[in-house]
Amino acid sequence: MDMSASFALIAPELVLAAFSLLLVLASAWGGDRAARTVSIIAVVGLFAAGMLLFPVLHLGKVGPETWAFGDLIRADAFGAAAKALIYLAAIGCLVVAPHWFGRIGAMKPEFAVLVLLATLGMSLMVSASDLLTLYLGLELNSLAAYVLAAYLRNDSRSAEAGLKYFVLGALASGILLYGMSLIYGFAGTTSFAGIREAMTGPMSNGLLFGLIFVLAGLAFKISAVPFHMWTPDVYEGAPTPVTTFFATAPKVAAVALTARVALDAFGGQVDAWRQVVIFAALASIVVGALGAIGQNNLKRLLAYSSINNVGFILIGLAAASAAGASAMFVYLAIYVAMTLGSFVALMMLHAPDGRALETFDDIAGLSTKRPALAWCLLAQMFSLAGIPPLLGFWGKFVVFQAAVQAGLVVLAAIGVAASVIGAFYYIKFVKVMFFDTASDTAVADSTRAQWAVLALTTLIVSPLGYLLNRSFADLGDKAASALFLLP
Amino acid sequence: MGGFPILSAMLAVPLLAAIACLFLSAPQARLTALAATLVNLGLGIVLWVNYEIGGPQWQFTERADLFAGFTYALGIDGIALLLIVLSVFLMPICILASWEAIQKRVGEYMAAFLVMETLMIGVFAAQDLFLFYIMFEAGLIPMYLIIGIWGGQDRIYASYKFFLYTLLGSMLMLVAMLWMANEAGTTDIPTLMQYDFAPEAQIWLWLAFFASFAVKMPMWPVHTWLPDAHVQAPTAGSVILAGVLLKMGGYGFIRFSLPMFPEASAQLAWLIFALSMVAVVVTSLIALVQHDMKKLIAYSSVAHMAIVTVGLFAFNVQGLEGAMIVMLSHGLVSGALFLCVGVIYDRLHTREIARYGGLSINMPKYALFFLLFTMASIGLPGTSGFVGEFLSLAGIYQVSSWVALVCATGIILGAAYMLYLYWRVAYGEQRNADAARMPDLNVREWAMLAPIAAAVLWMGVYPESFLAPMRHDIAALEARIARAAPEGDARLLAGEARSEAANAVAPLPHDAGEEGAH
Repeated sequence: MDMSASFALIAPELVLAAFSLLLVLASAWGGDRAARTVSIIAVVGLFAAGMLLFPVLHLGKVGPETWAFGDLIRADAFGAAAKALIYLAAIGCLVVAPHWFGRIGAMKPEFAVLVLLATLGMSLMVSASDLLTLYLGLELNSLAAYVLAAYLRNDSRSAEAGLKYFVLGALASGILLYGMSLIYGFAGTTSFAGIREAMTGPMSNGLLFGLIFVLAGLAFKISAVPFHMWTPDVYEGAPTPVTTFFATAPKVAAVALTARVALDAFGGQVDAWRQVVIFAALASIVVGALGAIGQNNLKRLLAYSSINNVGFILIGLAAASAAGASAMFVYLAIYVAMTLGSFVALMMLHAPDGRALETFDDIAGLSTKRPALAWCLLAQMFSLAGIPPLLGFWGKFVVFQAAVQAGLVVLAAIGVAASVIGAFYYIKFVKVMFFDTASDTAVADSTRAQWAVLALTTLIVSPLGYLLNRSFADLGDKAASALFLLP
Repeated sequence: MGGFPILSAMLAVPLLAAIACLFLSAPQARLTALAATLVNLGLGIVLWVNYEIGGPQWQFTERADLFAGFTYALGIDGIALLLIVLSVFLMPICILASWEAIQKRVGEYMAAFLVMETLMIGVFAAQDLFLFYIMFEAGLIPMYLIIGIWGGQDRIYASYKFFLYTLLGSMLMLVAMLWMANEAGTTDIPTLMQYDFAPEAQIWLWLAFFASFAVKMPMWPVHTWLPDAHVQAPTAGSVILAGVLLKMGGYGFIRFSLPMFPEASAQLAWLIFALSMVAVVVTSLIALVQHDMKKLIAYSSVAHMAIVTVGLFAFNVQGLEGAMIVMLSHGLVSGALFLCVGVIYDRLHTREIARYGGLSINMPKYALFFLLFTMASIGLPGTSGFVGEFLSLAGIYQVSSWVALVCATGIILGAAYMLYLYWRVAYGEQRNADAARMPDLNVREWAMLAPIAAAVLWMGVYPESFLAPMRHDIAALEARIARAAPEGDARLLAGEARSEAANAVAPLPHDAGEEGAH
């Protein structure tokens, strides 16, 4: 395959790279006044890159025709589906962020640039089919994310979050690199296809160690238990728009990357990693649910909720089947809508004097003060809890279905039983907003952009969202087929 | 009915009205809700009139491939028809019961009730496994809000308990459903009702469904959410809870557990019998010592539902028909009893039995209605309660006379606690001046209680109207489960008929003619 064909395949990444470099210049010359313009151009760039995904998604392209640069990057349907979600999530964050930062006088053009660079890294991650591309994408994303977490540099909580994220993230990268070096040492190659070939037959201890270390490094990135400790602190400390971004786009990218590594590179040795994934899944569900119960800070609570959700996604991975991978995609799509919606609602909660309302006490009796906001949050919470008829149920449904089809009935049973624990704190959210007497803190008005994102996500998680589940399933199946090229 | 999608219409009317209610002022919301429920009642009557008795098993079927993974498939048989009619019949009464009692956030309240109605009809009409599950489970949300926002003192504890108990139960059912859909390759309920699962698998599936339905029903010992929820819910919430939501458990047994897992049902019938026997005796005794009227009726519900479960697992036509009639009758009677409590609660704002007394003096009309429903709850012949309990116990007697014996004590104990309640509330001296000053029923309360009273008497005097639509379906169900039916200990054997009349005197050995020989 010649160079021009390879460049054509990575057109979305090229667009993102071009836009981010351009915007670096624009923000250097334009200063803070250009912040809004830079955000708008960034959204346009993401949108343009997203448009370029259409042919791949529509035709469900998989196989060698999508392999660029000698199979370093696979611009296949799986990558494209994940990228579509990532770009949508990034657009959502960029749309709602300016007002939030503007309120505290911290809106700078760098925010959009960093988001764009992180998105570029994620694009590489989900298309990686070589350990080097994987690491390149992961670090590009992570470095941008460390800076984003510490974005409010005058706020000690934000700075602390950035530092914590950086130190622990560096540790995880080290673990990942160590695993990669072991795999390279024992397999003699860094390409996923080569690793898969080297792993056929009885597996050496070195490869097994490498596999475990790689999975541990990735588990940190998706904040699966037992590598989740950083999540609540970083989510709480980082500015809410950044938290929104962390909880959506990078999560999609890391989960998609994990799926590709597990099902493609290690796809020949499912039994070697299935136990690990099952443990991480159940532990995440339980710890995510139990950890959230005592929380009073809403951002911490949603951090535990995202740990909990990752557990459910991993159940789809544990199925190790095309149905499971498709279910993971469906779950991710719904998860992005729910998470985006609930964080945007959190962003809309601030007192007229600019103080953010972040605890349960602040939102007591919200339904009498801001009924529309409260009802939207109610939908998001019941959806996160997986109560039908909201769409969150469908996400859980498809992963459990995949698990049952793969014969993991006990895993599914334990998973659903544990999800009841999680329901407790989601309904506590509803209880505080609807049953408790109103607190005297007023809630300021929100902007139209915030309302638009909230309304759209609420519409998606509402029962009307079930009309989308055909498209989700269709996309998920196309995406999953890219991971199961070999028997 | 031609091609008119009447079931979809019945789902859509309350749903649209619910959305409208969110945006309307209080008086408009009340009127909208009443209008919508009356329209649905009209549609329900049309449904009943057009239901072809002895026609195809599944009527008014609709099917649309809207979703991946499951289909929007609706359709009813006689059993579902009667439960749908019960739901749409109770709904306008619930709206009337909340007319003055609910003063805060009326629009949201009416919306919650109308959504509830949609979901109840959806549960009974769903012909797809997962559509059923979604409807079944979704009812948690409006009920949680109804108890939590408009409930009494301890509403938060009650709403949590209700939500988490029922959620845990139905989650296991979901896994079982996924396994079944995977195994049978279909989510179509009528097809699954004919599918034979391996007997070893049936046990697990049955237990998973049991976990859900037993909580919903509720059976002893997982009934404890019910008294709390009932006591704290507003009157109309209690009516819907007792009237319809509890029936979802019985409907689940009759639609899923029995036809889909007949062998497991037979093997585990002892579990049902044991729990039901305990429930009948224990909850009746608990009801006897209650000071709170709503709690007393809640415990009596548990006892009545135990009669339903033994009837269902009797594996014969009488038992099944009896269980269905008890469910319908209990839906009307306990609903009416909660309304009766609500009527005096609205006046005095207490459910304490001791605060009332001698109400038949100042509220004679009320006392009459209350008496009728008390008698129906006991199971007096001529009321609906008698028909159902008699059939159920007759059915169970064929299987086990001991179970029949123990469950029959429920009727005696039922008479004890209901009459004791009635005596303390309606008879005796007027102990409290404020209770003695309460005015009798007004027109709105009349309009609530009179239709239920008429239905109770109708069902008691001419139950054929209610038995006829479901006769075919019960017979089909009985034929389906006959292969697993337990033998029973009664060994009913018809004696040999005598040729002569019963009072014929056998000829004496010494004839009159021989007498002279002496």
